[in-house]
Amino acid sequence: MNAKGFTHKYGDNVDTDVIIPARHLNTANHKELASHCMEDIDADFTKKVKNDDIMVAGFNFGCGSSREHAPIAIKESGISCVIAKTFARIFYRNAINIGLAILECEEASNDIKDGDEVSVNFDTGVITNLTTNKTYQAEPFPDFIKEIIQCNGLLNSIHQSK
Amino acid sequence: MGMTMTQKILAAHAGLPSVKAGQLIRANLDMVLGNDITSPVAINEFEKSGFNKVFDTKKISMVMDHFAPNKDIKAAQQCKQCRTFAKQFGIENYYDVGEMGIEHALLPEKGLVAAGELIIGADSHTCTYGALGAFSTGVGSTDMAAGMATGQAWFKVPEAIRFVLQGQLSEDVSGKDVILHIIGKIGVDGALYKSMEFIGEGLKSLTIDDRLCMANMAIEAGAKNGIFAVDEITTAYMDGRVNRPYTIYEADEDAIYEQTIEINLNEIKQTVSFPHLPDNTKTIDEVGEIKIDQVVIGSCTNGRLSDMAIAANVLKGKHVHKDVRTIIIPATQTIYKEAMKLGYLEIFIDAGCIVSTPTCGPCLGGYMGILAENERCVATTNRNFVGRMGHKTSEVYLASPAVAAASAITGKISGTKEVK
Ligand code: SF4
Repeated sequence: MNAKGFTHKYGDNVDTDVIIPARHLNTANHKELASHCMEDIDADFTKKVKNDDIMVAGFNFGCGSSREHAPIAIKESGISCVIAKTFARIFYRNAINIGLAILECEEASNDIKDGDEVSVNFDTGVITNLTTNKTYQAEPFPDFIKEIIQCNGLLNSIHQSK
Repeated sequence: MGMTMTQKILAAHAGLPSVKAGQLIRANLDMVLGNDITSPVAINEFEKSGFNKVFDTKKISMVMDHFAPNKDIKAAQQCKQCRTFAKQFGIENYYDVGEMGIEHALLPEKGLVAAGELIIGADSHTCTYGALGAFSTGVGSTDMAAGMATGQAWFKVPEAIRFVLQGQLSEDVSGKDVILHIIGKIGVDGALYKSMEFIGEGLKSLTIDDRLCMANMAIEAGAKNGIFAVDEITTAYMDGRVNRPYTIYEADEDAIYEQTIEINLNEIKQTVSFPHLPDNTKTIDEVGEIKIDQVVIGSCTNGRLSDMAIAANVLKGKHVHKDVRTIIIPATQTIYKEAMKLGYLEIFIDAGCIVSTPTCGPCLGGYMGILAENERCVATTNRNFVGRMGHKTSEVYLASPAVAAASAITGKISGTKEVK
């Protein structure tokens, strides 16, 4: 499993209300959710984002509500991976459960700039900034979580273990 | 090795003699909760996966509270989807308009959650039930779907911060001030991935409503759960509501805590959290001159009967400032009715407030009090993120019902001293 793309960078405490504002939660349609992703802190995000792009952020990414609409909106908008210093725990769970790859790495988050090209190897946890040719080591997923992601989400993993 | 309160509940529900921090476990659930926003996503996943029954029709709760009574056609469609699912699968604790209240006020009130139980909810404030000595935590819709199907969920066993409460609350200071003070002290990620365990003789001065309010906001410090030691105040609340045996867990004497923080309740003052993060707190004597446009008293944090009583006490015989729209929302039908019997609603209406049927409404910027550009609101809710209650330039200041009511009268952020 790998990801490669250009980055969109944000700061600390990016909360679920800015990832997908509650005024858009009257739908569970993935495309519609993605069309409002990040609009309150980055009005151009939906125009700029391309498939496979990578999101980079600081501490406590995804704090706030339990809305799974948040990782869904990010994933549906084409983002292949989120790298942050830390994630809020419900966001962390939700991302894993729906199969959105996320990695914690403080150094990478400090160094990587908006628009850099970055690749990620999920098996080893190695993050490479292709723009600056620097590499970083993130903690790879524990097996338990790898299994969920490899099955493409929690529900599939439950089915397969039956 | 000793276990914390939380670890003991997790071990018991995973069928293990003991667990330790960091361990991944699969545990049995006593209750799975969802609302009108998160349940539709869970139902889609549940159906897509082809499950044909739920694990237990008594152990699932669905509460239509966020955008209900339906604010628009899409919200109506979402509630309809939940209603249809609940009927089809025989979900016993389905609460719709007329019976519903805000989920985290409703479940404890109905005795659906109790000490020692393990509850997940597709709503971040599910951590509220820790007030009763339960382990309860917010999850997402996929977890809810899996929980409904299998009665189980995966957890990483958390470490804990122990809060030892001492002393007594001063007059006009409430659980809300205590938890805002704590979040201000440790930060919005101060308890990330961890439990917050509350013990100590100071618990005696905290009513069950104070504790529900404090556990409710554990998530605002990033915590996995907040949990209170069970005492006579807890059992007095549960007895007569909870119609099944429950278990009281105490932390082991040699339990390992990541940190112990002592809080002297006597020192806590009325506290306000400034935009745009709950940890941006100031005590009331530090707030300065901040004019406001709206006050909201309600939500799963402070929409309970004692909150209504506090607000009524401040507003009695007074009138709110002419520039302040004041919206009061009792959290459940029972609270609404009690507030009516006790004369609070009349006090509110005479003071120039409006009283709404139970709903989350403005708390998450849904409806019933959305803010325009640059408007400011003092709210007894729990989040003041950018755009939380409306326009992205609007501002939410979090406070207790006492401060919110006093501010409604003066038209600026004020403590109760200013209106006495
Ligand atoms: S009142 Fe607010 S915080 Fe509580 S459940 Fe409703 S939207 Fe969430």
